[in-house]
Amino acid sequence: MLRYIDRIREISEKLLKEGTVEMVIGFQKGTMPMMNRPCFAKGPEDVRNFVWDSNCGINLTSYLTDRKEKIGIVAKGCDSRNIVTHIIENKIKREQIFIIGVPCKGMIDRHKIASMFETEILSVAEEDGKVIVKTGEAEKTLEKADVLQKNCAVCTHRNPSIYDELAADLLEEQKDADRYADVREIEAMTPGERWNYFDDLLSPCIRCYACRNACPLCYCPTCFVDESRPQWVGKSTDPIDTKTFHFLRAYHCAGRCTDCGSCERACPVGINMRLLTKKLEKDCYESFGWEAGLTLDQRPPLDTYKPEDPEEFIK
Amino acid sequence: MKVIKVDKKNWADGLGKLRGDYRLFGPAKNKDGHDFKELDKGELPDFNFLNTRLSAKSMIFPQSEAMFKYSLDESEVDHHIMREVEKDYSPRAVFGIRPCDATAFLLVKRNFDTPEYKDPYWIRSYQAGVYVGLACNDPCSTCFCTTAGCGPFHEEGLDVLLVDAGDHFLAKVLTEKGKELARAAGWTAEADVDIGPMKQTAESKISSSVNTDKLRERVTTELYQAPFWEEAAFACINCGTCTYSCPTCWCFDIQDENHKNSGIRMRNWDSCMYPLFTLHGTGHNPRETKVHRVRQRFMHKLKYYVDKYDAGIQCVGCGRCVRLCPVNIDIRKVCELMNSYEG
Repeated sequence: MLRYIDRIREISEKLLKEGTVEMVIGFQKGTMPMMNRPCFAKGPEDVRNFVWDSNCGINLTSYLTDRKEKIGIVAKGCDSRNIVTHIIENKIKREQIFIIGVPCKGMIDRHKIASMFETEILSVAEEDGKVIVKTGEAEKTLEKADVLQKNCAVCTHRNPSIYDELAADLLEEQKDADRYADVREIEAMTPGERWNYFDDLLSPCIRCYACRNACPLCYCPTCFVDESRPQWVGKSTDPIDTKTFHFLRAYHCAGRCTDCGSCERACPVGINMRLLTKKLEKDCYESFGWEAGLTLDQRPPLDTYKPEDPEEFIK
Repeated sequence: MKVIKVDKKNWADGLGKLRGDYRLFGPAKNKDGHDFKELDKGELPDFNFLNTRLSAKSMIFPQSEAMFKYSLDESEVDHHIMREVEKDYSPRAVFGIRPCDATAFLLVKRNFDTPEYKDPYWIRSYQAGVYVGLACNDPCSTCFCTTAGCGPFHEEGLDVLLVDAGDHFLAKVLTEKGKELARAAGWTAEADVDIGPMKQTAESKISSSVNTDKLRERVTTELYQAPFWEEAAFACINCGTCTYSCPTCWCFDIQDENHKNSGIRMRNWDSCMYPLFTLHGTGHNPRETKVHRVRQRFMHKLKYYVDKYDAGIQCVGCGRCVRLCPVNIDIRKVCELMNSYEG
């Protein structure tokens, strides 16, 4: 990780010194265990704040939306795929950004680790594929592979799909990951079971919209839940309205979601709303062989038509 | 006021006795956290938490609350008339409130119960409650209550303060309401103990602090234009996590929820982090960017409130926003920036 950090700082410093970009967006160390903070460097001296470790799970692409200046950005595999999506959707221009690609070894699941301990976690450190967690009373060493974010555990695009310079050598991609085991479980349920499952899944939701706002795809000037003329969805804590929000938001992400996991990571109550977007991601993959953000040269399947598109659903 | 010893083996019994006179509320485990709710028959409040996920604010000021109902059906006598929604304001006892959250009731009261304006929903709800606190023997590393106007054994806003002392609770009765509750629960065994040392031990465990001493003398316009806001706000995603988890955030929004011919006028928690919060009917938004919105949140809590009420900051140091913010915006850091900014 230290090598990653040095390279990120080195590249950023050069970009800022040479005036290639006006700012570089990356992560700085947070004030809480397992929390890094998105930040920017505008001068070469600011780059010393940049860090890289397994707590950089927030997707930085959100911070690019509609910006006008020239920007350097630190991007792991999923971030880079969302940058591609942003470029395709005209939220940023390719020539405006310098992508510092970070081949990613996976982010750790802060909710999972927190739930493994009865008491407060005071520090979390990483060393050679291990995660060392300290509480007031105990120290426990976990295998990083066991506490990866669920999306990272099955990620098949750890390397950036687009970059200008790399912070480390490219990694070998995971080949045998069973990407959709969780979705298949839900698909196998009866509609009644599925309804109860979603009911339970979303029951702790407080409608804070952290999932939506952490999502690089959710850049609508006015989200449908905020629209008041006409009002599509109630704004109270009514469970039907809450479910409507989650389901419709997921549909808006169809064919665009890279399963970066930012939504789940951001959720203050630990809801895995990723399961909804993941199902649509699976459908896009199976129906159109499509994975979002791998290339700038192809339109996403839901805004194009091809004669060979599957049509079995038309009865 | 006197301290009563309540054996844990008699705990359920005492709470059972209260059910005749009060509706009982308290924390219950909900997946990975604890939330306040009305306790079912026989259900005991679950005290196995460092702090509840959301504060006890909702016990008085629910996230969503129906105010009025109306019908547009002209065959009904009272069509087109707003009718108040009936609510249960019978006596209720809320258990397991951390002292920081109870102090926050009084902060919020400054907004809802003023000489000029009285919010009937908040006041009726507040008055219906007896508030039984649970002292913090083990504060979190993010708690900074002792420098935010309260502390782990703070008594303000509470009627009874419970201290967990192993096989029993020590109940410090603080008000007449508290005395009545203790009597109804059959808590009579006066304890000959001083909870002072336990309080001191707890306070010494608070490892986090904020400096607020200079906030009042800072010039509002200078703070407003301080250069640090862009950086302080950069990471913010403008979600409502900090405001919803905050025991002292009191802003709400009023919405009509119409269904066919009838509807309800609701009030829901709002958040100054949302762009909609200040959107004018014209489409103009005076707080157009997230920098404006983040600045507003901190200026309100740490400057405008300080100036307006001269009663400290609008924060009790519960640390929830610090723990829950998805992008690690830390009020302690922002407070430091503001407190030390000399213009």
